[in-house]
This record gives sequence, structure tokens and C-alpha cells, in this order.
Amino acid sequence: SLNGKYKVQRHGLFVLCTSGDSVKVYSTRTEEWLHSLQGHTNQVTGIALNPANHLQVYSCSADGTVKLWDFIDGILIKTFIIGYPLFAIYVSEKHEGIVFLHIGFQLVAVHLPKSAEQEVEAKELSAVSSHISPNPSCTAFGREGQYIAFARNLQLNVYFFRKQKTYSFSLKATDKKGAKNAFTCIACHPTDDCIATGHEDGKIRLWRNFIHKKEYTYSTQHWHHNAVNTLCFTPEGTNLLSGGIESVLVQWQYGTGNRKEFLPRLGGSILHVSASSDGQLFCTSHSDNKITVIESSFKVCGVIQGLVKDAVLTDLMIDPRSKALVLNGKPGHLQFYSLLRDKHLYNLDIVQQEYIYEAGLDQFEVVKAAFDIKGYWLATVEERGQKSSDLEFFLKLWSYDERTQSFVLNTTITAAHTDRIISMCFSSSEETTMLVTIAEDGQFKAWCQGVDADTQQDQNFWSCDFVGSYHNLKPTNCSFSADSSLLAVSFQEVITIWSPDTWELLTTLCQPPGVIRDLCFGRLSCSKYLISTTTRNLLCCWNLLTCALEWSTSVEVSKLQSDPLSENVAAFSYQSKHTDLFVFKPNEPRPLFTHKNVCSEKIHRAVFVPREEPLNNCDESSQWLNRSQLYFLTQNMLVIDDSVAVTPFYLLLGKHRQQQQKLNTPSHQAADRPQQPQGSVTITELLHTPAHVLPPASVLCSMFVSSLLISNTGEMESSEQEMNSEKEEEDSEGEMEACDSQQELRAQGSVDEVTPKLSKAQERELKRVRKTDFSWMAGLIDSKP
Amino acid sequence: MMSTDLRSAMGEFKVHRVRFFDYMPSGIRALAFNQDTERMAVARMDGSVEVFHCSDRFFQEKIIPGREQCGIEGLSWVGERLFSAGLNGGITEYDLTNQKVKYTIDAYGGPIWTITGNQQGTHLAVGCEDGTVKLFEVNEDQIQFERNLDRQKSRIISLSWHPSGSKIAAGMMDMIQVFNVETGHSIHRMLADRGAGTSRSKECVVWSVVYLSDGTIITGDSVGMVKLWDDQTGTLIKSHNVTKCDVLALSVSQNEDSLVAGTSEGIVVQFQFVSMVLEKDDKEWVRTRTFRNHTHDIRAVAEITTAVVSGGMDAQLVVRPLLDKIEVRSAASALRKIHFPHRRLVSCARKSGLMLFQYPGHLELWRLGESEGKGTPGSSLFVKRNPEKLLQLKVKGEDHIRCSAVSPCGGWIVYSTASTLRLYRLHCDNNNISITKISKLPKVLSSANQLCFSSDSSHLFSASAQSSVHIASLSQSGCKFVGTLKPKSGSHQAIHLLAASEDGKWLASANSDHEVHIYNLQTQKAHCTVPVYSSAVTAMGIHPATNCLFMMHADQQMFEYSIEQKQYTDWSRTVQRKGLHRFWVERDTPCLNVMFNPQNPSHVILHDMYMLCIIDQSLPLPDDKTQFYNQLTLKSLTEEQRKSQSHAFKVCKTFKDILCVELMPDQSLVVVERPLEDIATQLPAPIKQKKFAT
Repeated sequence: SLNGKYKVQRHGLFVLCTSGDSVKVYSTRTEEWLHSLQGHTNQVTGIALNPANHLQVYSCSADGTVKLWDFIDGILIKTFIIGYPLFAIYVSEKHEGIVFLHIGFQLVAVHLPKSAEQEVEAKELSAVSSHISPNPSCTAFGREGQYIAFARNLQLNVYFFRKQKTYSFSLKATDKKGAKNAFTCIACHPTDDCIATGHEDGKIRLWRNFIHKKEYTYSTQHWHHNAVNTLCFTPEGTNLLSGGIESVLVQWQYGTGNRKEFLPRLGGSILHVSASSDGQLFCTSHSDNKITVIESSFKVCGVIQGLVKDAVLTDLMIDPRSKALVLNGKPGHLQFYSLLRDKHLYNLDIVQQEYIYEAGLDQFEVVKAAFDIKGYWLATVEERGQKSSDLEFFLKLWSYDERTQSFVLNTTITAAHTDRIISMCFSSSEETTMLVTIAEDGQFKAWCQGVDADTQQDQNFWSCDFVGSYHNLKPTNCSFSADSSLLAVSFQEVITIWSPDTWELLTTLCQPPGVIRDLCFGRLSCSKYLISTTTRNLLCCWNLLTCALEWSTSVEVSKLQSDPLSENVAAFSYQSKHTDLFVFKPNEPRPLFTHKNVCSEKIHRAVFVPREEPLNNCDESSQWLNRSQLYFLTQNMLVIDDSVAVTPFYLLLGKHRQQQQKLNTPSHQAADRPQQPQGSVTITELLHTPAHVLPPASVLCSMFVSSLLISNTGEMESSEQEMNSEKEEEDSEGEMEACDSQQELRAQGSVDEVTPKLSKAQERELKRVRKTDFSWMAGLIDSKP
Repeated sequence: MMSTDLRSAMGEFKVHRVRFFDYMPSGIRALAFNQDTERMAVARMDGSVEVFHCSDRFFQEKIIPGREQCGIEGLSWVGERLFSAGLNGGITEYDLTNQKVKYTIDAYGGPIWTITGNQQGTHLAVGCEDGTVKLFEVNEDQIQFERNLDRQKSRIISLSWHPSGSKIAAGMMDMIQVFNVETGHSIHRMLADRGAGTSRSKECVVWSVVYLSDGTIITGDSVGMVKLWDDQTGTLIKSHNVTKCDVLALSVSQNEDSLVAGTSEGIVVQFQFVSMVLEKDDKEWVRTRTFRNHTHDIRAVAEITTAVVSGGMDAQLVVRPLLDKIEVRSAASALRKIHFPHRRLVSCARKSGLMLFQYPGHLELWRLGESEGKGTPGSSLFVKRNPEKLLQLKVKGEDHIRCSAVSPCGGWIVYSTASTLRLYRLHCDNNNISITKISKLPKVLSSANQLCFSSDSSHLFSASAQSSVHIASLSQSGCKFVGTLKPKSGSHQAIHLLAASEDGKWLASANSDHEVHIYNLQTQKAHCTVPVYSSAVTAMGIHPATNCLFMMHADQQMFEYSIEQKQYTDWSRTVQRKGLHRFWVERDTPCLNVMFNPQNPSHVILHDMYMLCIIDQSLPLPDDKTQFYNQLTLKSLTEEQRKSQSHAFKVCKTFKDILCVELMPDQSLVVVERPLEDIATQLPAPIKQKKFAT
């Protein structure tokens, strides 16, 4: 994401922001992504422009290194090895050759050794203060770097470097009126000795005279109604900028009390604000993965939008026209995101109501959406009042308008059902378009674009065509067959097959126990099959010609997704805290492809994205990806849990690493809880595979040992292109493991091409070890040196 | 108003809960602080002037009652002399010793908006409606008109002397003028901006002006701005927008490093003169703290050494301590809100169940109701007979009442204004009430500072000038002068408290120099003087059985003095040796009455605005470690444990906003409450302010 800190370069030409384990450089003029600064092996936690050279930037990372970059050309100049995970970096003009780093709970001054080498170990560490707030916004340098101010909870500390003395000022936790006084951010005036602090209850205090224990003084200003997330003085010190959840950038005129300007409706809540060093541009970063570039005249002049990924309620969808990924975007909107160009295309306002940025309000949100096969129709469901008993929802149908190249609202159905809509799908035939909705009121309804005799207008509105139910059971899912001749609606444990033409119940299929979770018709040559999954760990394949169970297997499937361009069906299985992926064809009960331990969360959303040009890959295991790519979204239900920080998006297959990181990165607390490097998949796979399918120990031994060796090739020369190579499986574990597997390969010497991508090949190799027969092993042993 | 008297039985007492005294404090119009004597003078809307002792817990030492049609607009100290000026066009000097107006002279300039004395103490300047600034020379015992400064077209709203005394800044409509005092000519004329938009047509009133020694002039105006001007060039240096309404009052601290501004929204804004770059001398005025303690317009602010004092339409005097100026945080430095006068406005005829309420312009006599039955502690009793207003007595003349009393038997009512003293005989048979004015009063009883009847209602004691007390005997035939009690030595400050003993033998008087004199009424001679304590006496009473004088002081200390032995009692010495509990000393309102329970001689009953307390002298004193408010704890204990746990102070906080508590002979308590919410509802509506999320 565009999360983390970002800076505007001196001339206001570039915006830098941290994104996963890289730093992205954008142009403020064109809002284009120029390049990434890659090289860190873990989350980048902070960046700071080099005060001595404004074409350079320092970045610090949880991998324990500080790197100095030339960010215009994207060149890594130097690497300083600190050896501890770093959480934030601060620099000051007056402290040349020193960077201040946030290690653990300490603020440490590090002297960067002047050495010509590329990689230097920085050993001169001196602690400035312990008990630093984990929030990097709570520390700031004062005028001319003479002091550093840092706040934690209810205490403001000012450390003077020359005097080597700390002054502390405490606030009460609350006052009689219920104010919450904890510090949330801090900023120092560039020329005056004035410290601005933001507080949890939205107050901003301006502290002065803070070299006196008693005669210090502060003034209080209050506009924000929730915590102030960020504060920033303009370089001349004439204004103070502040932002919070309200999504309003506030500009306070310094020194004249109350005069302030507002820039409202910027999007998600403001996480950071920064000003370019000439004061001409401001930048805000938002919780919805966005950077807004603002002129000093308080006009928005650019928006850099990433994929909005918080609170995804809809399925992942592909717009058949633009091939864009569609899911929840801004509150009340659907976003269209081009995966090919990795660019946000536009937001479609579904709710069409002003969103109020305040915690704890119950507002309309898009919960369901579906496209018809041509991309001419879009159906959406918006909902409010999930938590309270009075649920409100609307079903809306949007038609594509060729002229405006956008969707326009065709029909709003206020009471489509008497209870919440569970699922909906469009018929897949080209001729007639039909929408089927199922709801918790026990009914399924078919909606058609009616030809209304009364209003002979160009517009034809949607109306209900058929209402069906089955023994008053609650429906769970619905699906159309590929040719739209059949509709399958599952009611608890029973699958009912309907003919959409006559609305005749053709047959019922039932294989207890377990409520049907997913339904999916086979495609192309397998269109006679219907796949269903149940909550009781059963995957069934029904033959619709015989109306009998073709095969079934016991596997817990959390998401079933069929590829529209092939017979393949992907099933995500969640077992013992990790998710496995199986790809199979309905006509044979044997998986085509298996990927164990794709990720550690349950997967509820996935989508096959058609490729622009089919690949010609003959590798058996990746053939299924020739026509489309599979994307999936993990969602941790424990939203508050720590692990949410490392979740939301894992992308499988394809897509360059940069993009992956982008989707992978957490919300703004990321800096507090950096990602932990995970153990090598290779090793875990080795240990998890049953002994009877493993090759002889003599083979494994050398592989295992070499996997534990530390690579002497150093940083891998991994680059964009390799990662882009579509053959590659996703690899979220980072470089370490990649190095390891490469080593293994070398030790084995069995593969002829030694390129970095082999690391993945090696992984596949291992999988094949498990799956295939032992015949290839003879050759392997023979080829051993 | 509530005219019911709720009766609740609180433990051993039946309580008459009186809420029909509609006392309305008057809004505060002006404040003047005297740095040398640490006195704060407060002028109220009704023309009364009060003097508070800032270092003695803000005790209200002196009250000079107002007059009808006498609106004070300004107050100024010159040395230890206090002057006021008002819209009636006169300048008044007060006799603070005898707590009365000394003289009033007309300034002949129409209504006066402001008065201010120079720091040298030689001159007074007043700003008049006719556009003149008039200078008065302060002489030994009078003030003398000296001359007018250049006459202006509009009225002079505010004035401030340069500390050197050579220049005066005057705030007017739409402008500020700076005058040279020597020549009387205007040096600079600075125009104050009007508000934007619709308020552009309204004149900008410069409500307040402050002239600093470095030549900076600070003004507060009706546009809501605090502006800083340079008197050399006559230009605006900086302006701070403080409010959307008016900035009504400004005050600067003695060392000119802090300025407070009071606004009509009821907020006080502090500005401080701080270095923008630490440890450098380039200082600027920056807005710092905001105090929100008022609900209505703040008409006056004053920055004293350790606190900001503000007062306004909501009639409360708020003392907000500045923590950065305070050495040790203590009860003396806590936020203080003074709502009620530190004098008793209620007197009670104990034997006949009558209450006399003193309003500024009239008196009301009420008969208490009666109840029947017994209730559980805390419950209300059925009211058999409603309380009844017997009499309303309007004051003759323009002066407001200074003091009043009803005799214990209920047969006499007496009151005094600054000019007259009136005594009435009250006849009360069944439901017929009649009063007769006693016409021929002895000449010495022309005016009194404090009035008191003897317990058998046979004598009237009237405190008058020179700290003397006149005695008059009362009989059916009338009132006869008996004699005058004079202290042997000491000051001539006015007496504010009198206490007569039950047996008619002793009389104690306390004056504002903290002196307590005891007289023998049989010999009519001064008996002795209690050693002078550093804090003012706020209440005192003579024990009916032991004839010990019990005194409460403003600093919450208590003394018991044996009149017969002319020394402090053992109990009093124990209290002083052991010290009082922290919670007791930290209370912020003075005790206003001392009563004794004849049925339990070891009990002393005290009250202040927030609580009622029974001190049991037979029980051990609490120290700082013991739980002070232990009534609830004691309730839960067994009889045995209770004995070991209980201490001398039994505090009851059931009642709030208490004006008076009196113990009746039938062991019932009368508690006169005046809830602050009721006062608030009778105030005019405050300026409407947008509240967040409304």
C-alpha cells in the first residue's frame, strides 16, 4: 500500500512512500509511479531525505538495515547494517552523519561510518532515550535540530542535545469534561521554539517556554472530533497542518489563534501529512491507500490511488469489459482496478450518499455485486443496519452506458426480499439476461428486464419474474450453468435444479450431512458436472445427466472458484491453520495441481482473471494457468487481532513482486508490528511430507543441509522481470528462502539453467518429489558429482 | 420558587429544608486589585462594593451595600483608598474602616464609563459620556478636579495610564486615543476596525485598554479582537481574534508578562509574553490558556499574583489559580468560586419559629411549617402546616439594607441601612400580624454595622463606628439607651460579627482586623481580648453551658476560648497541637454559623456552603491518616467497632448551596438552601453558542 511515511522531495517533483519492503517514487506532476527502491528484505518502516543531499533518501527497515538511495535514478548507494529491527528513522541537518533510529522502545543515535564500501556495519550506537512511543509520529526534531521532542501516552519529553537534558511535561489522563489527553502526534516549528502536539480527543496544543519546569505554557485549539493523526508545520512555519479520521485537512494559521482553513472530503482518514521543502505542495496519505497532492493554495492537484483493500464485502469480480478487478472501494463505492496496469481506474458511486467520516456510525455499504457475462449489467446490493435489528437494503441494477463509458443506474428495488440477500448471480446466456437473488427469507427470485407496455420508453426496468422456494428452507447459494439452461439453488442440504425457461423444478440432489456452501457448474467439456461443497467437509461432483453423485471427497473447502475459460476449478481448503489450494477438473477426482500452505488464513474470495494472451506453457503443473490467473483475498475474521497486520491480500501466481507487496501490506500500524520473516517453505515442506513418499535419505540429506547453509551470494539480484515471469508461483516468504533454494539447486546440480527463478522451480521440484514416481530419482543419483 | 419545606429526619434531627429564600446575587461589574494590601475590590450591578482578602482564602472582609439607581461602572484603588464612578456621573470614595460611602462628587461630564488611578497615586482619570477625560487630583481627604484632556466627539469607554503617568490611552467608539497628560493633547489616534459583513454598520466599541510600560497598548473590542498597538508610531502590531462576540475586559499582570481577556461568551483567554526562541529576549504575546468557568458575560477580570480573578453577569467570582506562579499547591491555591456573601442573610427567631430573610431592598418574615409523625432517617415527613410568609418590609429610602435581625422571641425586628436604623415591634396573635415602628430611638442608634439581640430579647446590641457596641434595652414602652461598650485599645475597624451569651452575661464582637473583644454585660466593661489570629473570624458563638467562645476562621482553623478563664481551652490547644484533618482545611468556603446543642453540650454545629458538620468534642480528633468522611463506613460497622472508628467530625453533605443552618429549641434544624441551578434559571439567557454535535 502507499502506507507508511512519505516525503515530498525538495523541488516538490517526487513523492516517496514506503510500500512493503520497497520505497516507491511517484511524480507529483503526473501522479505516475516512476520506480521502486528495492533491496530491503523486510518491511520498510521509515524514510527520511538525506539533509546533506536532497537527491538522496535514507530508508530503514525491520530487516535491521538503513539504506541510502539516489531516488531519482533508483540506485542503492549504501547499506548500513544495524542488526536490530528498526521502526522509524529521523534525521536533522545539524546532526550530520548521524541518523536517529527507533529500536525497540529506544531512540538511538547511530553514527554512520564514512567508508567507501557498499555495505557497512554501523556500530556506534548511543541511546538518546528509552520509552519512545511506538508511533513514529510522536517524535520530531525541534528548531535547528537543537532538541528532539517525543511524546508517549501522557508525557511530552524534550531532549536538548547540547545540555543533554530532558524536560518532561505530563498531562492528566482525563479531565472533568472527559477529554482524552494522550498524545497522538507531534510537530516542531521550524524557526520558533514551539511544539505542536495532537491528542486523542482531537485537541492540538502548542507548547512554549518548555525549558522551564513550571513556567512552561501551552495553548489549546480544538477542531477535530477524533484523534489527531498527524501534524506538520509548513517549512516557513506560517501554518500548521493537521488531519484525522474526519478526512479534512485543516490549516491553522500560526500565531493568530483561531484562523483556519479546511480542505474536506479527501477520502479515507488522513494518516500522514507532509509538506515539500519549498512549501509549495502538501501531501496527505489516507487509510484507503491513497496519496493526495495538494497545492499550497489548498487545492487538490493530484491523487495517487492504490487498491482499496479494507473492508471488502463483495466478491472479487472481473469487469468483462475492462477486465478490471472490481470490489469495494471508497465507502459506498465499487472500485475498478486494472490489474494489468496496476492502476486504479475509477470509483463507481453505488450508495450515492455522503459518507460521514466518523467512528461508530452505521452507514450504507455495498455488500454484493455481480456482472452479467457481457458486462452490460451490474447488480449491487447495499445494506445498512447489520448490527442493529432494523436492516435496510436496496438492490440496484446498473446498465453500461456506451456514451459515458460508465454504469448508470437503471432500477432501484427497495424491497427485493423481506430479509437480507445472501447471494445473486446473472444468467450466463448471451440472449436473455436474468438475475437470480436468494435471501434469508427462504425465497429465490428471478429478475428480468421487463418490457413494460405502459411506458414505451427506451429504458426498460427490471422486475420480478419468478419467486421460488423449497420447503421453506433457507437458500444458501445459487448458480447458473454455463449455457444458462439450468439454475442450481441450494437449500440447506439440498440442491435444487430448475429450468429458467419454464421455472420447473427438474430435480433435487442431496448428499447429507452438511449445508451446501458453494455451487459451481463445470464448463466446456465438463458442463455436465455440478460441483458442490458442504460445511461438513465434503466436495461432491454430481453428474447432471444421470442425476447421480459422480465422485466425492472429504475436504474442507472454504472457497470454490471455477475458471470461466477452462474446465478448471480451484478449491481453497482450510485445515489446521493454513490454506491449501487444489485445482482439478470435474471429470476426474484427481487434483491437477496442489499447492500446500498457500497462506495461513482462510480464503473466502478468489477470482480467475483471464489473460490477454493465453500462454503456451507445457509444464504440466502450471498449464492450468495458461488462460487465466488466479487472485485470491484472505480475510481474517478477527479484525482486531495482530495477524490482521500481515494479512489482507495474498496474490497467487503472476504479478510482479512489487504489486504483491502492495497488496500485502498492512494498515498504518504496520510500523509497530513489522512482519516476521517466515521459515523456509522448503524445509517445512520436507518435514511435513509423509516419510513413505520421500526420496531416500541420502538425497534428502544434502538438500536439507544445504538449505540450512547461509548463502554467500549475498543479496539476490532479484528484479522486477523475474518476478513478473508468469510461470512463477507466488512466494510470499521473501528473499531468504529464495537464496536457500537456489543453494540447494546448486548443490544438486541437476538443473541446467541457474537463474534466480529456479528458486521457485526448486520448490516445485520438491512437490514433484512427493507426487511423482521414483523413476526420476535414479537419474538424479547418477548425476550426483 | 419552591415554597415547600421538605422535612427529612437526619439521624437525630428533624430538618426543615427551606427553599423559599429567593436570594439573587447581583452581577459583578468591576474588579480592582490592590497589590500592596492584597485586597480585591468588587463592584456589583446593584451598586454594592465588596472587599476580599486575597491571601486570606478570599474572605469577604467588607461589604458596602449599594443604593437604588447607582450603577457603578469603574473601580480604582489609589493607595489604600477606593474610588468608584458610575453612570450617575459621580465619583465616590469609600470609608473602608466604617464600611460606608465617604463622599460622592459630581464630575459634570455626564455618565462616567471608566475610572482609573495612576500608579503614582496622585491622580484619578475618569472617562465621561461627553467625550472628556477628566483628571482629578487626589488630596489628603478629598479629590479635586484638575482639568480636562482634549475633548473628543464620542464617549470614553475605557482608560489606562502609562505606568510612568505621563500618557493615557483611551478606548472610544471605533478608535483609541493616546493623550499626553502634561499638555492634555492627543498624541495618536488609532482606528479600530469594525467587524466584517453585517456588523460593519455597527460601531466597534473599545471596551478595554491596557497601557504597558514598553509602550504597547493592548485593546479589547466589540469585534472580538485583542489588538496590540505601538504608541510610538500609532500602528497595529498584531491582532488576535479571540471570539465572535465582545472582548469586554482586559487585565495585565504586575510584571507585564501575562494578560487575560474576558469575553461575553464567558471565557477568559490568557496571553503570555514569551520568547519565541528559547533563552533569547525577542518576546511576543501569544495566546495560551483558555479558562471556561462562566456561563455569562465576563464584565471584569483581574490578574493577581497567583491567580486570575473574573466576574460577570452570572454573579460568581471565580479565582482561577495560575499553577506556574504557585510555589506549593495547597487548598489556598485551588480553583475557587464565590457565589454567596460571607455574611448571614438569614436570622432566626428560635423560640417562635420565625425566619427573617434579608434582601437588598426589603425584608421577609416567614413562619416555618409544621410536620407530623416520625420517619426513617432520610425520608420526608408529611407537612401538616405549610410555611407562611408573614411580612414583607420595604426599606424606606434608596439605601440597601446592611444588616438585620429578628429577636429570639420573635417580638422585635431591626434593620439598618447606611443612613438609618429601624426597630419594629411585632405583634403576633393567632393569624393577625401587626408591626409597629418604634419611633423614638436613642440617637446613637442611627446606623449599625451589625445587629444582635440578647437571648432573652431584652436588649439590642448595635455595632457602630470605632468598633463600639451600643446597648439598648427593649421593653413594651420602647427602646432605651443603656450604654456603650468600647474596646480598651486596638483598631477602629467595623464590627462584622456579634455573639451574645445565653445567660446574658457576655458579648463578643469581631472586627475586620481579626480582633475579638469580649465584654461583660453586667459591668458594661471590656472583659478581655482574644489573642489576634492571622485569619479573619467568619463565625463565632458562646457556649450556653461553659461560656466558652467558639471561633471559626477563614483558614478553617477553630479556637475555643474560655471567657471566664481568659484563655484557650484544653480542647482548643489539643486541636492546635494535633492539627486539623487535611480535608477539613482544604474546604473552600468559610463556616458561617456556630451553634450548640443544649441537649448534648459536647456538640458544636457548624456549616458552610456545602456541608453541615457536628463536632463532638468528646471524641478523638482525626489525623491525616484516618478516613475523614466516615459516616457511611460507620453505618456498616457494629456498635463496638463504631466506637473505635469514630472521630470528632461528623460531616453531612445531604444539603447543598446552604445559606444558613439554625438549630431550633425542639431539636430540629432549619436548613436554608438556595440551589445554584435556581439562580441560573433566573439569569438572562447567555449568548447562544454553537455546541459541537447539536
